[in-house]
Amino acid sequence: MTAGTDPRVPPVAAGDAGGAEGSPAGAAGALDVSVKQVRREQLHQLVRSKPFLVGALILLWWIVCAIFGTSFAPYSATAANIVSTQLAPSAAHWFGTNDVGEDVLSRVIVGARDILEIAPLATLFGTVVGTTIGLAQGYLRGAFDMIVGRIVDAALSLPTVIVAFLFVVAVGPSTFTLIMVIGFVFSLIIARTVRTAVLGERDLDYIAAARLRGESVLHVMFVEILPNVLGPIIVEFTVRLGYAIFTIATLSFLGFGVQLPTPDWGADIAVNSNYLAAGYWWETLFPALAIASLVIAINLIGDSIEAVLVQ
Amino acid sequence: MTLATSFDQTAVVEQPPTTLEVNHLDVAYRVRGNDRLALRDVSFSIGRQESFGLVGESGCGKSTTALAITQYLPRNGRLSGGSVIVNGQDPAKMDKASLRRFRARTISMVYQEPGRALNPSIRVGRQVAEVYEIAGTKRHEALARAEELLRMVQIADPGRVLHSYPHQLSGGMLQRVMIAMALASEPSLLILDEPTTALDATVEAEVLDLVSSLRQRFQTSVLFISHNLAVIAKMCDRVGVMYAGELVEQGPAREVFNNPRHPYTVGLLRCVPRGGQRKDHGRLDTIPGFLPGPGEVQVGCIFARRCALADQRCLEETPPMYEVAPGRTARCHYHERAPQLPRATPEDVQLRRPGSAEQPVIRLRAVSKTFHVRGEHVRAVVGVDLDLKAGETLGLVGESGSGKTTLARVLLGLSVPDAGSVIELEGSPLAPECTKRDRKQLQAMQIVFQNPDSALNRRHSVRHIITRALNKLAGLSGQACEQRLLEIVRSVRMEERHLPLRPYQLSGGLKQRVAIARAFAGAPRVLVCDEPTSALDVSVQAAILNLLADLQSRERVTYVFISHDLGVVRYLSDSIAVLYLGRVMQYGSAETVFSGPHHPYTESLLSAVPSLDGTPRERIRLTGEIPSAARSPSGCVFHTRCPRRLANGLCESSEPALVEVEPGHMMRCHIPIAELRSMQASDAARQPKIS
Repeated sequence: MTAGTDPRVPPVAAGDAGGAEGSPAGAAGALDVSVKQVRREQLHQLVRSKPFLVGALILLWWIVCAIFGTSFAPYSATAANIVSTQLAPSAAHWFGTNDVGEDVLSRVIVGARDILEIAPLATLFGTVVGTTIGLAQGYLRGAFDMIVGRIVDAALSLPTVIVAFLFVVAVGPSTFTLIMVIGFVFSLIIARTVRTAVLGERDLDYIAAARLRGESVLHVMFVEILPNVLGPIIVEFTVRLGYAIFTIATLSFLGFGVQLPTPDWGADIAVNSNYLAAGYWWETLFPALAIASLVIAINLIGDSIEAVLVQ
Repeated sequence: MTLATSFDQTAVVEQPPTTLEVNHLDVAYRVRGNDRLALRDVSFSIGRQESFGLVGESGCGKSTTALAITQYLPRNGRLSGGSVIVNGQDPAKMDKASLRRFRARTISMVYQEPGRALNPSIRVGRQVAEVYEIAGTKRHEALARAEELLRMVQIADPGRVLHSYPHQLSGGMLQRVMIAMALASEPSLLILDEPTTALDATVEAEVLDLVSSLRQRFQTSVLFISHNLAVIAKMCDRVGVMYAGELVEQGPAREVFNNPRHPYTVGLLRCVPRGGQRKDHGRLDTIPGFLPGPGEVQVGCIFARRCALADQRCLEETPPMYEVAPGRTARCHYHERAPQLPRATPEDVQLRRPGSAEQPVIRLRAVSKTFHVRGEHVRAVVGVDLDLKAGETLGLVGESGSGKTTLARVLLGLSVPDAGSVIELEGSPLAPECTKRDRKQLQAMQIVFQNPDSALNRRHSVRHIITRALNKLAGLSGQACEQRLLEIVRSVRMEERHLPLRPYQLSGGLKQRVAIARAFAGAPRVLVCDEPTSALDVSVQAAILNLLADLQSRERVTYVFISHDLGVVRYLSDSIAVLYLGRVMQYGSAETVFSGPHHPYTESLLSAVPSLDGTPRERIRLTGEIPSAARSPSGCVFHTRCPRRLANGLCESSEPALVEVEPGHMMRCHIPIAELRSMQASDAARQPKIS
């Protein structure tokens, strides 16, 4: 619950132009809340909520790292140094160094780049495709819905990572493949959410009115229905974004993501976890914390947006 | 009564003469840090066994009053002044435990939607028995009592109902259950908040009769809240008229409705089409302007800005409750002049009557629609033949489930009729599906839906909604479209400033105007109006009905008008088709259908409608509920409920045909028309004639 505002408003409805001719021109026929005002109020509410601010701050930090990381990281992220391997955190190397002497802090900073490129693109791709499928399923129903529905069920019966893993193995890892594969798997999940939302809309009378105007199927789906199911889609996008980061990190960890020596959190954890038993904890812990903080940040943002939209 | 013997009656040994006293009650809601006064200085009392009605339009504070009495105001609401005394006790001063006891024993409430007042996942029996268990009765005994209770509210098969879940029962049945539960504790005060608004007229009549008889039996005082003036007139001894959080008039129900003394009451009564008023008799009067927001009017009369009698004094000086007659009060400085309130809408109107010789715009022949639901064949519309002439209004009348809406959807091509159905538009056959109809045909037929919230896309602006209809249906674009947009918006009496707004920013009446504007965008030949005013307040309804009548006379549009409100149907219709289980039972001009002789079904529908002057009238009881269309009765489909069923078994065995009994008057009944006429005449002679 967001604190501060009470959503309950007394049951007072606006009046109406009763005597059409006699109504004074200045009378308030409409409720005095404009669209912009509602948006502004929602934004205010969002900015006031602490979880959102914390999440946004963390996300902003990682975005800055992704874009400008190379210029402010203390060392080059790929500068191996045989002399200074496996150094514990110190004043010179805040997060220590890894097995080939690379600075862990620099690798964590620069490592934000790939994940922050792939995850949003994959999620966006998945959302667009998923929304289209879901709209078509929900509005057309019938055989199309049945067939696509079964395919979705089949694909979703396997864990996302396994499906993605199989694809990447078959096609070979690259940024493009990762975006496509993760986007595809997510699109099925998103389609299901959108379909449910569309089912709540399709029997409303404005759809019948559109059909009586002779609107095309595409118009009904994208112009009439889509704006009304945008809320759940936005929420789904933020949730999927968090999962995408996780999935990418997992694939990297398994060696099918971004390839070394390019700095990458998942891959770094995979390589350095070998040394955990030897007590070199910093090489694994910091990239892991980076992943965790990014996922948490995005979930905080997503939850806050949902809370505001649901009102 | 043995029902409530276990209830502790000792607490109410010494009963004060009034059950409820509301004294100068103020209620404020806190919205965004500001207190907004939702009720201002409301005072009334309800005596022992008296029934008091609160009437008014939405947002006037009726329900807030009820919530304040039961101490159920939402968290942001509070009593900011005055007091409520029930049985000599002030619930606001009670601690939690005694408030619980108070709600359990002294006061009961029945809500508008029985389906939402019961828990959907618990059997009805369990929920009814719970009322007794709270009072300390043993579980199995409580269940036995529950059965007894249901029998008392005239539920024929209480055993079955007790074992049902709420969704398996009809609305009328559920409302009986709710009433039974409310009366189980033999409360001193029973609050009924719009108890019949969600029900059909026939069911409503039954429920109201039930409440009347139980009230006498239980000697309960009743607070009856409704927006329906006629229902209040029928049910209540005294009535209070509310407006914008104030009680503006109070007195004996009959006197208030026959001789109102506050301009708002006068205006409200004039908005209702009654006594056989028709569109060619003149426009309905309306109430100009808008309901003020809470706290908007600080000084002066709350109604002054909408009142034609108001002068400077009304704006500056808040009127007190004047005693206008013994037991009657009105909050108006000029209460003696109130009945002479000038009309807000001129009455004179010249409406063209529809021509009769022309070729029909729409011809329906043998139109049927069968839904296939889980292996059952639900025959929603069966063999309907109808002709619609240019510029006429065909009223479709019947209970819910009679096939009115399905017939309209089939006509529009939103539902595909059974094979063999013929729908012709100006002589040429129409494709059964609207997607297969060409632009001209689509343009010719449009609809205004019941619920504008559902009918208007909430993400589109008024401009977008109407412009799109102009693009697609009228084929207009650019400058011409813009010009026509403004014309149309003005013709539904809206203004340019409404164009950028979204539907949720508009009041119900304005939303319905947008829907009407959209429907008229392509200059249709036929417009289906599916309960277009039933979601609206009375004063808004009057404005919409006037608008529809004006537009029809100007554009010569044919209306198919569906409504459960017979007064409204009569006002607008030229001819009427009465539907029952998908069949036309009677068809004729509005005058013939209303003046009789009626089909027995029409007769029962008409007698179920409460009349505003409150004259008690003998009802032709329509017992039971409309049978399922999946298993229509044999013979005449109405025989299971028909009050005039023939004794010779003919009605059970063979279905009568729809035959022309008089020129232009069709009926589906085995009883010859002459016999029906004499039966109904002799019945009418036995009761006072209603004007």
